[in-house]
Amino acid sequence: MIDVSVAYNRYKFIGHEFLTWLWFTIETDPDSLKKKDPELSAMEIGNRVVLENTRNNADETISISGDGAGLEEALLALKKGAKVTEINLVMKSGELEWRFNLKGESLGISGLKCPQTGKVESKSDIEGAVLEKLYLCERVIDVVQNAFCTFMRLRVSAGWESGTARKIGRWIESSLK
Amino acid sequence: MSLLSSSVSVTRYRVDGKIDGPVLDTVRSALVNSTIREIDNEPDAKSVGWTSFESPFNPDFASENFVIAENMVFSLRIDKKSIPAKIVNKQFKAAVKKRLAETGRERLSRNEKAEIKDDVLHRLYVRMPATPNVYDLVWKYEPGLLFFFSNQKEANEELETLFSKSFKLTLIRLFPYTTAEFVCGLSGPERDALTKLSSSQFYEAGHD
Repeated sequence: MIDVSVAYNRYKFIGHEFLTWLWFTIETDPDSLKKKDPELSAMEIGNRVVLENTRNNADETISISGDGAGLEEALLALKKGAKVTEINLVMKSGELEWRFNLKGESLGISGLKCPQTGKVESKSDIEGAVLEKLYLCERVIDVVQNAFCTFMRLRVSAGWESGTARKIGRWIESSLK
Repeated sequence: MSLLSSSVSVTRYRVDGKIDGPVLDTVRSALVNSTIREIDNEPDAKSVGWTSFESPFNPDFASENFVIAENMVFSLRIDKKSIPAKIVNKQFKAAVKKRLAETGRERLSRNEKAEIKDDVLHRLYVRMPATPNVYDLVWKYEPGLLFFFSNQKEANEELETLFSKSFKLTLIRLFPYTTAEFVCGLSGPERDALTKLSSSQFYEAGHD
């Protein structure tokens, strides 16, 4: 195991490729995300996507945000070699809905809005409220982790470049037509 | 910051190792020993320690319960005093002027000025109340996982330092590489491939 701080910087591209793959998977094969969580009814791109293009030493950041914002610009950035560094996601399970931001380099979850939970009106409510909120947070954590591990198995496989990477490239091209 | 607030941030950790001896007694004792120390009316600028999830401003780990189902739930508290530079400068200049008047001299040495500045800061810190920040955490002991409800760099770094000091266990932040290494259950050859990975170019791959 290499030094953790070295590993964070050296392999942060894995997180960016994961988010780009996740967007591709949401668009082309959303059912594959439900394999480990059959109750998951949908995963959608939310109201923010941040991309970064570091090719040819051109550090360019493209940020697309706002409800109803078109993703054409983001797809164009992908075509130029950018990758997704942060993404806002909407996860649905039956009537329940979660919204959160996922950062590629850290896999940190922020701005997580879980489905409404019961109000804490007295000290005796706290234990139940903690367990309910923890369960709701873990639903998101597990979905993200399972998706990441699915991605990783593909990423370390010998067929990555000729298989999945090529499919992502074709998806980018077909999305711009 | 708080687990129960409407919008939360989460950083995942793997807890490396297990506690020697009875877990809950050892954790309770460590929490008591490293409980946040109040610094109001004290000259300290910062205090970092554990606090209770239910009573973050009045922690009492000796008698309070910190276990909910199979989880240990408590909080990191960071108290900080921040004095605006302009106030420090104003007080420093006044103190220098007073010292010059008292001694009848025209200038002070560098050491004397440093001494006066320390004295000014000491007096200001005593008078200034600390701003508390509370960050909740959930420690799932059996699977060796910890969820820290903040992504803030300083808070995460303070957590890692205090956790190691308190429990003699290391926290490993679960970012892409460490998640792949510790969580995904990759085989030996897959882990070898992981260390050799380099960046892919998707669009070009689609045109090979």
